[in-house]
Amino acid sequence: MRKNLRTLEARKASPFLVSISAVFLGIIAGSVFILLIGKNPFVGFEKILFGALSSSRRIGNTLGMSTQLVLIGLSVAFAFKTGLFNIGASGQMLMGGITGSIVAYYLPMDMPRVLYLPILVITAGLAGALWGFISGFLKAKFNVHEVVSTIMLNWIAYWIVYDFIPRFIIDPTISVKSKPIPLEHTLRAEWLRSLTGFSTLNYGFFLAVIMTVVVWFILTKTTLGFSLKAVGSNRFCAEYAGIKVSSSIMISMAVAGALSGLAGATYYCGYSEIMEMGKMPNEGFDGIAVALLGNCSPVGVFFAAVFFGILKMGKGSLAATGIPTEIADTIIATVIYFTATNVILANFWNERFRKSFSRKEEAVLAAMKANGDTRSPGELSQDEFRKLSREGRKEVK
Amino acid sequence: MAAFISQELYLSYVIEMVGIRKEFPGIVANDDITLQVREGEIHAILGENGAGKSTLMSILFGLYHADRGVIKVRGKEVHIKSPNDAFSLGIGMVHQHFQLVHNFTVAENIILGKEGGFVYDVRKASEKIREISERYGLSIEPDMNIEDITVGMQQRVEILKMLYRDADILIFDEPTAVLTPQEIEELMDIMRNLAAEGKSIILITHKLDEIKAVADRCTIIRRGKLVGVVDVASTTASDMAAMMVGRPVSFHTEKAPSVPGEKILEIRNLSVMNSRHVPGVKDFSLTVHGGEIVGIAGVDGNGQSELIEAITGLRPVASGTILFRGTDMTSMSVRKRNELGLGHIPEDRQKRGLILGAALTSNMVIKEFYKEGFSHHGILDYPAIRDYTDAIISEFDVRSGEGADSLAGKLSGGNQQKAIIGREITSDPELLIAVQPTRGLDVGAIEFIHRQLVQERDKGKAVLLVSFELDEIFNLSDRIAVISGGRLIDIVNTDETDSHAVGLMMAGIKAEGRSV
Repeated sequence: MRKNLRTLEARKASPFLVSISAVFLGIIAGSVFILLIGKNPFVGFEKILFGALSSSRRIGNTLGMSTQLVLIGLSVAFAFKTGLFNIGASGQMLMGGITGSIVAYYLPMDMPRVLYLPILVITAGLAGALWGFISGFLKAKFNVHEVVSTIMLNWIAYWIVYDFIPRFIIDPTISVKSKPIPLEHTLRAEWLRSLTGFSTLNYGFFLAVIMTVVVWFILTKTTLGFSLKAVGSNRFCAEYAGIKVSSSIMISMAVAGALSGLAGATYYCGYSEIMEMGKMPNEGFDGIAVALLGNCSPVGVFFAAVFFGILKMGKGSLAATGIPTEIADTIIATVIYFTATNVILANFWNERFRKSFSRKEEAVLAAMKANGDTRSPGELSQDEFRKLSREGRKEVK
Repeated sequence: MAAFISQELYLSYVIEMVGIRKEFPGIVANDDITLQVREGEIHAILGENGAGKSTLMSILFGLYHADRGVIKVRGKEVHIKSPNDAFSLGIGMVHQHFQLVHNFTVAENIILGKEGGFVYDVRKASEKIREISERYGLSIEPDMNIEDITVGMQQRVEILKMLYRDADILIFDEPTAVLTPQEIEELMDIMRNLAAEGKSIILITHKLDEIKAVADRCTIIRRGKLVGVVDVASTTASDMAAMMVGRPVSFHTEKAPSVPGEKILEIRNLSVMNSRHVPGVKDFSLTVHGGEIVGIAGVDGNGQSELIEAITGLRPVASGTILFRGTDMTSMSVRKRNELGLGHIPEDRQKRGLILGAALTSNMVIKEFYKEGFSHHGILDYPAIRDYTDAIISEFDVRSGEGADSLAGKLSGGNQQKAIIGREITSDPELLIAVQPTRGLDVGAIEFIHRQLVQERDKGKAVLLVSFELDEIFNLSDRIAVISGGRLIDIVNTDETDSHAVGLMMAGIKAEGRSV
């Protein structure tokens, strides 16, 4: 009886459905904009897909672009699950990037790659973790809100990079950026490059895939994830249950920072091979949107990042059609708006499901009446319910 | 002539809900319920949690629509489609959770939505508020901010909001759940005043003493069905309770004399600061032995919360020591205390006791998930956690839609509390601290919880009970410690005292010739 109750209820909108609806509405909005400037939206979207996916090189570039978005998205989502808002992904990314770049510059070229790459990745991750940890520490010990501290740390990182590039790794020919890292010292791999027509795809993408699985594992399977989520959903209850709230906050921010630090490594030592002075990476903020659209679930974040990667890579091809490339950014912005107002979308679907369910229920009642069935509808199994609702539909007509 | 008119008025029903039926998937929430409220009476609706009281009132207030049945207001059939329709018919509702803007003044809250035009006149409104306040004895100061006034006064603001909108049928939804004993008294007086002024009142509650105190008639519903309508003056509380639950109910928990064992908890000269950094508990000493229930009696806000938080490790101690079976745990972490054998049924079950957005499985192991048995080397053992949860659910009769997978927030208050108590008792603590364990629960659940606490005592465990309801203290405790202004006034044996003496001590007046 109790089991039946569960199945014989109107469906509820899943986060996946809500996200897909947001994407759909974003595309509709983009189409309207394209129509407004007198162009064909189908041509526009075809161009975007063409630009992002039409060749192995383009696919490689799209995935190369998505790599950072996956890692930053995971960083924001991880902090969010613990009830923290990590706006400092950009700064953490910069710290990871500058650390990685210095390591790449100073480690001897003849070092074997199996040794060199882990050192690069781990030091960059640690630098990001330190940056995230500072915010967590300030929050745990002095109750400084993480939004404030992460934003301030973004600028501290920005100026550190501004200082460190000329101090340690300057390119003497162009004195506003770092000396390009030799190919063997980046995350790029010869076989990936030849496979994808010398695209930006690098080992960082595999790192992103691995981290997606790792974050999923931590959050769903481990006691660490359990306590972090407990603090995130109700810190008073966590405190009562004996979970140390302050250390959870510090751990969570450090892990989030580490993920952004890794994004710094993949971005500055893989996707690109230089760092520019005076540039705050946009990816830190795109990552918030990625986490939002992915409903903060690791797998959701992964696909949301690839989706944004497609739009970002594909927009370049729009120019040929006379459609401004800003259309792609508009679509991203609209998708974010619709994701942020997910309650409206969820309500829309829930209302639909409820209506269709009560129609079915009516049909079932009619069918049962016609059959002389005297049971209460609650006693029916799901199959019976489905069968009777089909029978009843004719009855109602 | 006058007599004739009053008779006429008396016989007319101000509200009539006839044959109301409301079905939700799988449940008939209201099955052919009829409610008739006379003008100027206080009409109670009594029923356990989930009996259908709230559904019935939501239908009257336009939040739900009945599948069948007729609603008549002042003899005229009406269709109430929304709360606005209800307002215009003069029906107002005082919700259990107040709907007030905290940094607005009382007057601003009251005229909110009724400003009348672009520019509003707070002064004029304040005058009208003062006038209404005086007329019904609400003693409300219109210029105070909501955040600066007590919970009892906030509720009176809610009442005044309804009166300001000229409501003459007032629905009170569990109004005393958040009030102290004095505030309850005041509210009862206000309700009597309102009725005397000709307002009709519907009181939704499951507290029988309140019904006995103010109501004229009482409609009793059980599992969505009307059980009966009784005249309150001529019906005993236990008869009403039996009608509500469907079987005779004992208000008195049967228990054998206590057999105190070893000292479990020993508090020595404890002082604790409260949130405003002034001493909330002052030089407090108390010992609790195994096999006894010690009740802490006191009016809400006299240091109980600070005392319990200090014992459980949620609040630092200013001075003094707390010993647990001789071990000093004054500055131990919460987890260490739990591991020593401390169980805690917290005062606020939704804020502290549960993660409402998480499944019961997570909630049942929230204190012990890291222990071997629920996890191995940091990896959670879900099958073990589920078995454990299922065991608690069946042993403590926790009812939920989806069993162990149900979100804690989807459970009724009584079932949430049963789940917490199940969790705390199953972990087999030496000392069980229960703070307001039956707050807001119905008779059946209260009975169950009281039995559980006595059972723990009989197993030789120490039980420390904090309650603002003197009946509960007297019913369960072997000894009563009275706290007032953060100080221990006295400790007395339950069978050597009475509620009058304890009531005086709660006000800070110590009985003659006793020592602390």
